[in-house]
Amino acid sequence: MNLARRQLLRAAAMGTLALPAALRAENFAGKYVLRPEQVAEGLWFVRGADEAITFANGGAIANCAILATDAGAVLFDCGPSLDYGRALGDWARRLTGKPVAQVLISHLHPDHALGAAAFDPAIVSALPGTITEITRDGPGMTDAMFRILADWMRGTELVTPTRQLSQGPLVIGGRHLRLMALSGHSANDLAVLDEATGTLLAGDLVFHNRAPATPDADLAKWHTALATLEATEHKLLLPGHGPADTTGAAIAQTRDWLTWMHAALTDAAAHGLDMAEAGEIAIPSRFADVAAARYELQRSVSHFYPAIEAAQLPRIDQ
Amino acid sequence: MKLARTILALMMAASAAPAMAALPADPLNSPMWAMQGGRIFGDAPVVFDDAVKITLPMIAENQHVFPLTLDARALGKVQRIVVFEDLNPIPVSLDFAPQGAAPWLSLRIKLDQRTPVRVAALDAGGRWHVSGQWVDAAGGGCSAPPASRARGDWADHLGELRGALFARPDGTRLRFTVRHPMDTGLVENIPAYNIESIVVKAGGAEQGQITVWGSVAEDPAFTMLLTGNGPVTLALRDTNGRDFTGHIAGVRP
Repeated sequence: MNLARRQLLRAAAMGTLALPAALRAENFAGKYVLRPEQVAEGLWFVRGADEAITFANGGAIANCAILATDAGAVLFDCGPSLDYGRALGDWARRLTGKPVAQVLISHLHPDHALGAAAFDPAIVSALPGTITEITRDGPGMTDAMFRILADWMRGTELVTPTRQLSQGPLVIGGRHLRLMALSGHSANDLAVLDEATGTLLAGDLVFHNRAPATPDADLAKWHTALATLEATEHKLLLPGHGPADTTGAAIAQTRDWLTWMHAALTDAAAHGLDMAEAGEIAIPSRFADVAAARYELQRSVSHFYPAIEAAQLPRIDQ
Repeated sequence: MKLARTILALMMAASAAPAMAALPADPLNSPMWAMQGGRIFGDAPVVFDDAVKITLPMIAENQHVFPLTLDARALGKVQRIVVFEDLNPIPVSLDFAPQGAAPWLSLRIKLDQRTPVRVAALDAGGRWHVSGQWVDAAGGGCSAPPASRARGDWADHLGELRGALFARPDGTRLRFTVRHPMDTGLVENIPAYNIESIVVKAGGAEQGQITVWGSVAEDPAFTMLLTGNGPVTLALRDTNGRDFTGHIAGVRP
C-alpha cells in the first residue's frame, strides 16, 4: 500500500477527509456587482471592499471613478480584471450615455490597473513611469492575481497603457482636469483634480479608514505628496481605498498611519524584537476603525524591517 | 468516539508500517505528514501540542523571507527543536539544540508553495511535541535566485555579521544577521551553498547549536534568548567550509 492510499484510508476512517483549502479556489467566480454613487456633477464614485485581495471579493478592493465628458466617459482606475473592467465600462455608458473615451491609470498596482484588459490599449493612459513599471511588473502581478482570484481573472490579459500623461492641465470633451505627477505610494502616482467640481482623485496616495499598503512605498516622498495634495484646494477627496472625504481627515489619517507605523517598527527593532513579533505590536486605539490594519502592518514589517534592523545592528565581525 | 477513532488510526498506521506506529494523525491533513514525520521522528513518540507556540504573520508577503518566532519554554528542558515545512523541496530548515539558551527562537524561512509550517520540540523525556499551521504562499521561494545574485553583490558582503544583545524582561536577547546567499541548489547553474552550522557561546559557556539548511532565508537573521552572561561569541560555518566569527562584548547601553 503506498503512502498516499494509506493516508487516504486513515483520514477516511477518522471521518476527517476534509477538502484541502486549495480546492476552494476552484469554485466558480461570482459576478462583480458595482454600485456607482454620484458624488458631484457628472462624477460617480465606485467603492471597492475595504479588505485584502481575496477570492471572496474578487479582488475588487480599489475605488474607481467615472467622469462624464462631451467626448465620452473618463475612468480613473479600472479594477483588477477583465470582467471588472467590462462591468465598469457598462456602468460608465449607462450613466453618461457615452462609451469610455479614456482610462486613466493612477499607478501600477494590479487592483487598479489590470481592468484595462477590457479596453482598447489606445485609450488607456498613465504616467510614463507607470507605463514602464506595468511593462516590467505586469506579468508577475497578473500571475499573482490569477493565483489568488482564479476564475475571477478569466480572460484578463495584460494591457499596458499606450497614452502618456504628464503633469498639468488635460481637457477631455470640455472637462478640465489638472494632472499631478507625484510619488510615494509607488514610484509614480497620478492624482487628478476635477476643476469644475473641486474633486480630488487621490489614488493610493490617500487611504481612508483602510490601512495604507506599502509594497513599493518611499515614505519620505509619500509625505511630500500628501503635503502637495493638502495644499491643493478641493471640496471632495476620493481616496484609492476607503470612503470619500470632505474634511481633510483622510490625508491626515494616511500621514498619521505612515508616521506611526515606521516609528513603531523602528522602536520594535530598538527593543530587540524580530519580524514576527513586530507584526504583533499593539495598534493605537485611534486606528480602531481602520480596516485591514493588522494585515497591512504585517505587510509593512516585510517591506521595511530588514532595512531598519540593518541600520540598527552594528557589525560584530571586526 | 474520539478514542475509537484514535485506536482505529493507530491500528491502520501500525498495520501499514511499524516504524511509523507512533505518528498520530495530522490535524492539518498534510499529504506529506507521514513521510516527513517518519523521516524526522523515526520511532520516537510524537504528540501534537499547542504548548509549542508559533507566531506567524497572517500573510506570506514575501515568500523568500517568511518570519516566525517559536516558543517551547512551556515544555521545560528541551533537547532539540526542528523547524520544517512539509511541502518545501528542502523541508527541514533548521535543527536547534538549545544548551544554555531558552527553547525559543526567531528566524526567517523560504516558502516554495502553500505548505504546513511546523515546529517540533524534543522534550527531556524523548517525546516530540509538534505544532504548526498551513501558510499560503506564492511559488518560487526556494527555486528563484536570491536578491543578491540578481544584484550581483553577494560575494562583496559574504559573511558580514551584525548583531547586538538586548536586555529584555524574559532574559538577554541575542539578535544577529549574516550576509549569505543561502543558495538552495534548485536554481539553474547555481549550486547549493548555505550556512550549515552556528555555535553560540556566552562567557565561554555553550548557549546553542543550530544546524541550518537552504530553506532558511537569504541573509539569515536569528534571535535567541540566552541565559548565560558575559561576552557572546558566534561561530558560523558554510558548506564551502568558510568560517565566520562574531563577538559582542555586552548588552548595548
